[in-house]
Amino acid sequence: MATGIKDKVAIVGMGCSKFGERWNCGTEHLLAEAFQEALQDAGIDKKQIGAAWFGSALDRANVGNSAIPLTMALRLEGIPVTRVENMCATGTEALRGAVYAVAAGAVDIALAIGAEKLKDTGYGGLPVQTKGTLNDLVMPYSSAPAGFALLAAGYRTRYGVSREDLKRAIGRVSWKSHQNGAKNPKAHIQKEVDLDTILNAPMIADPLGLFDCCGVSDGAACAIVTTPDIARGLGKKNLVTIKALQLSLSSGRDSGTAGWDGSYVRNTRIAAKKAYEEAGIGKPRKELSMMEVHDCFSITELVTMEDLGVSEDGGAVKDVMDGFFDADGGVPCQIDGGLKCFGHPIGASGLRMAYENYLQLTGRAGPRQLKSPTYGLSHNLGGVPYSGVSAISILGLLAH
Amino acid sequence: MSEIGIKSYAACVPRLRMDRAAIAAAHAWSLPSLKGLGKGERSFCNWDEDSITMGVEAARACLSSASKQRVGSLTFVSTTPPFADMQNASIIVRACGLPSSTATLDAGGSLRAGISALIRALRTREDCDALIVAADNRRAKPGSTQEMQYGSGALALRLGAGDIIARLIGSASSASSFADHFRAEGEKYDYYWEERWVRDEGYLKIIPEAVERLLKEKGVRPDSIDHFCMPATIAGAAAAVAKRLKIKPEAVVDNLSSKCGDTGAAHALMMLAAALEKAAPEEKILVVGFGAGCDALLLETTEAIRAYKSASSVSAALARGVIDRNYTKLLSFAGEIDLDWGMRSETDAKTALTQLYRAQDQVMSFIGGRCGDCGAIQFPHLVACVNCGSTEPLTPYPLADEPAKVATFTSDWLMFYPAPPLYVGLVQFDNGARVLMEMVDVDPAKFDVGSALRMVFRIKEKDGRRHFNRYFWKAAPI
Repeated sequence: MATGIKDKVAIVGMGCSKFGERWNCGTEHLLAEAFQEALQDAGIDKKQIGAAWFGSALDRANVGNSAIPLTMALRLEGIPVTRVENMCATGTEALRGAVYAVAAGAVDIALAIGAEKLKDTGYGGLPVQTKGTLNDLVMPYSSAPAGFALLAAGYRTRYGVSREDLKRAIGRVSWKSHQNGAKNPKAHIQKEVDLDTILNAPMIADPLGLFDCCGVSDGAACAIVTTPDIARGLGKKNLVTIKALQLSLSSGRDSGTAGWDGSYVRNTRIAAKKAYEEAGIGKPRKELSMMEVHDCFSITELVTMEDLGVSEDGGAVKDVMDGFFDADGGVPCQIDGGLKCFGHPIGASGLRMAYENYLQLTGRAGPRQLKSPTYGLSHNLGGVPYSGVSAISILGLLAH
Repeated sequence: MSEIGIKSYAACVPRLRMDRAAIAAAHAWSLPSLKGLGKGERSFCNWDEDSITMGVEAARACLSSASKQRVGSLTFVSTTPPFADMQNASIIVRACGLPSSTATLDAGGSLRAGISALIRALRTREDCDALIVAADNRRAKPGSTQEMQYGSGALALRLGAGDIIARLIGSASSASSFADHFRAEGEKYDYYWEERWVRDEGYLKIIPEAVERLLKEKGVRPDSIDHFCMPATIAGAAAAVAKRLKIKPEAVVDNLSSKCGDTGAAHALMMLAAALEKAAPEEKILVVGFGAGCDALLLETTEAIRAYKSASSVSAALARGVIDRNYTKLLSFAGEIDLDWGMRSETDAKTALTQLYRAQDQVMSFIGGRCGDCGAIQFPHLVACVNCGSTEPLTPYPLADEPAKVATFTSDWLMFYPAPPLYVGLVQFDNGARVLMEMVDVDPAKFDVGSALRMVFRIKEKDGRRHFNRYFWKAAPI
């Protein structure tokens, strides 16, 4: 009988590169930057790492196939290293691989690292991708914001929210993240933006304007994981452990049958339910200290509040407008600035989110530090709402 | 065997209409004489329409689900076929859901090819119905007279025995080396000779000779002709020919120049359909096609025309137009100018021909599947059912004619799209199937979740390097 991942694996070190338009850095520089910080934080030698998982989503725009670009960049020799890719959940997939390896007893210490270089394409937004020979023939290729904008029409239709009220609520989602990101020296965009500017920005995919979309950045993030026993042996105190790691993928039901009304993301609901069970969390609205969710677009974050069970169905607009997710609210969300201010170097994002939760739980979040957090949730959403990947990880203090 | 004749007809005129005054205004600095032609509107293809897609649209409207099974042949007529070598007619057969045993032929090479094909089909008695699909997306040099006069459109006719609305009386043809215009292989534009010569030595001599031969052979008096269909862009040419032939002036059928423009190889048939729409039983219709000689065809309507109603008459197709005054849109859609669409437009659109053939039922015919266990209708069909996971074989289930609505949608301004914004969303069929689709011909003021949709066959992507365009189905508001 499976017993879940809770408290079997501890994080002993994390690193995160500065995110942004890193014109003078290649992926290898970003990887090294995140890795050096994590190694120093863990207080171990590189040779102690028994295996590594490398998250890199866009092979053509980034460093190509396989994990060799990582082993070259970090000069890792003679250990198993695996490249993982699962759309926007890629960073969390790297963490899952490393955590499972430690939990299985295969290695004592494992490395999870992810990076993406999005600014070598010559234009803004994600690179244009095709999706295989059959999909090329039958699937309309819209942009990422268009995929998520479908949630807006579905949501306002289901709950009878006017276009204007929904636009204002999602605008406030972005406003809040800019407030937070302004306090984060590693964020790509470190400035506050007023709500009027957000609401009046050029349209990208109706109703999403420019400020409803996350930034496009280069970046890398990294975690070194081991067992709680070994962590203590390394002199670590107040251990941060993995409480849950869950994933859910679409089988085609929402895009291929009549059930889905476009107002929620099924995969997030499934992954959240399993993650709360694994972590032993019964009332997320009360028990979660903070959330780093996949705010690729503002509407995604709004809907995710309901999918994670933090807001009631149809209640996210009110919670957002009430400031429930602000830094001083009931459950602060995107306390580091989120994808909104960090951008979304795909392979790195899941680990970047875990990095903020880790900093907060270890009391090292500087001007953003929340008071005595116990659980931090991070959430990724790859693909599109009706056909995608949802990943959830929950970190917490071992004492809890 | 009973008499052969026309059983049904349907027209397709693209929704987009360019205000000719906008064309004239754009050229006023250099070609002020175009102002005189700057009246009315002309049809033009959207970026994703061509002779094949217009032909499919017309042919589908010409066929009922029952009549599809009776079709034995399909002739596609065009002077602007998308493929010079690879049969265009076969694509139309697949898109219309016609039997794969349908005999197919591409015809063209002259503006009179539509009427030539009709004569040939009416004179060849077949056991099955014959479909003639004529379509042209005419290309004209910017600033030319033709840019003003040309239009885009398609007309489909179903021919056969029984329930005919018009019967063949007779036909006459002539071959000549008279070149009023020509376009050499590989050239983009037509080249025209002087109008006065074309009118006086061409229309007014070549057509009367053939028509008089036909009327004499059939013992028909010219003043008994009720409808005279003669496509010509030269003003007054048809009336002059009618006068010379002693055909009543009121019999001259309007050449649709004010709302549509000249649709090339389809145009004689388009005017025939316009005449059939107005005709009472036992009226005589004379149709001529001109070009390196001429064809003349004499038809007579039957009693059945009284009850007949086309699913897409010429007047209905003309009425669906939306007037546009952005001249650069016409230029861009026709490929006359190459706008800077940015790096996002650089993606290669090479089609895996192996995959296309494997999936031709899905891609070309829009056939989904129905689960043998739970009955769920789905597209695309993979190995296992999307609803219950059963691996029982799916029964083919055509979706092209099924009613559907918008489940959710957005308009995408970021993605490269030749006619921004790209409307995209989930289409919910009443039968339960759901498909992510491109949505076209959208009027944003009237479009929302729940809007009714119909399926249209269009170009999905253009391959700018190899020019093998991908065709697929899109959803359009009703």
